[in-house]
Amino acid sequence: MSTNAIIYISLCAVLLLVSFIVNKQKTLMGLKRGWFMFRNILVPFLNILILVSVVLFLIPPNIISRYLGPDSGALGLAIAAVVGSITLIPGFISYPIAAGLIKQGASYTVIATFMTTLMMVGVVTLPLEIKYFGRRVAITRNGLNFIAAAIIGLVVGWVL
Amino acid sequence: MKKYYQKIRPYLWVIVFAIFILASYSFQFQSGKTIATNFKNSIIEMITFIPFLFIIVGLFDVWVPKDKIEKHIGQESGLKGIMLVTLLAMLQAGPLYGAFPVAYMLFKKGASIRNIFVYLGAFASLKIPMLGIEIGYLGIKFTLVRTLVSLPLFIGIGYIMEWYLKDKNFEVKTP
Repeated sequence: MSTNAIIYISLCAVLLLVSFIVNKQKTLMGLKRGWFMFRNILVPFLNILILVSVVLFLIPPNIISRYLGPDSGALGLAIAAVVGSITLIPGFISYPIAAGLIKQGASYTVIATFMTTLMMVGVVTLPLEIKYFGRRVAITRNGLNFIAAAIIGLVVGWVL
Repeated sequence: MKKYYQKIRPYLWVIVFAIFILASYSFQFQSGKTIATNFKNSIIEMITFIPFLFIIVGLFDVWVPKDKIEKHIGQESGLKGIMLVTLLAMLQAGPLYGAFPVAYMLFKKGASIRNIFVYLGAFASLKIPMLGIEIGYLGIKFTLVRTLVSLPLFIGIGYIMEWYLKDKNFEVKTP
């Protein structure tokens, strides 16, 4: 079992115990909410794991490391930022993809940029955002976040 | 028939994949077996922490008084205000477009322009359930570095937006 699993299971056990001692009813309610959230993501999560297993098999590691690896430079960064900005992948689903890409040779810079644009820049949701904030503000916000994502990617890649 | 299809529609890919794997093993299709091994490893990876993470998130949800934080938001300014909106954002879940209605609510409550955009930034990159999954998949080091680099950047974006919109009668509308 991985260290992650051990940490999560122990943390979960401790929190459950404390919560249960303080308030039994609230604990049960928390368990129920957690279960509902888990159930809601289960099928989309399975689908994405299937997709990742197939795609990572089909795309050879050397292609991934050439375009998204440490030596991919500005091209890799650009691919990550653009793909991250236009696609609309829910966060929890993007992590297995990111982990798979890293295993196949993608760099931390590329992954951090991809994840950040995915979360902070939304081209697909721009029309909706414009309705809330107006055209100019929405575009400015997305532009600033796009730049921030590239900076975040570069610094993360540089530190790790 | 159509009704039946509607029922299995969400599980379609899972079913197709299961058939594919079964067939691969029956006919000794090597590529299919490799994919099955990939899949098995990711399932194990997922099942060893995601359910526990969701129990933790569920407990958080019941114990942390989100509505109380919401009540105080807006009036607070300065560092305290930034911390408060960041905290509120961390307790949320879901995609960024789910944050726009909350931004509207913050605006109505009198939150500053800066804090509205800090909220959006924190919402996008600091949600606790997301951080939990990120640590599980990409490691604590990656998560910590990414978070620490992101934090000053989106607070900075909050300041830039505030400066940019100072005399522009900015308002958040609801569609």
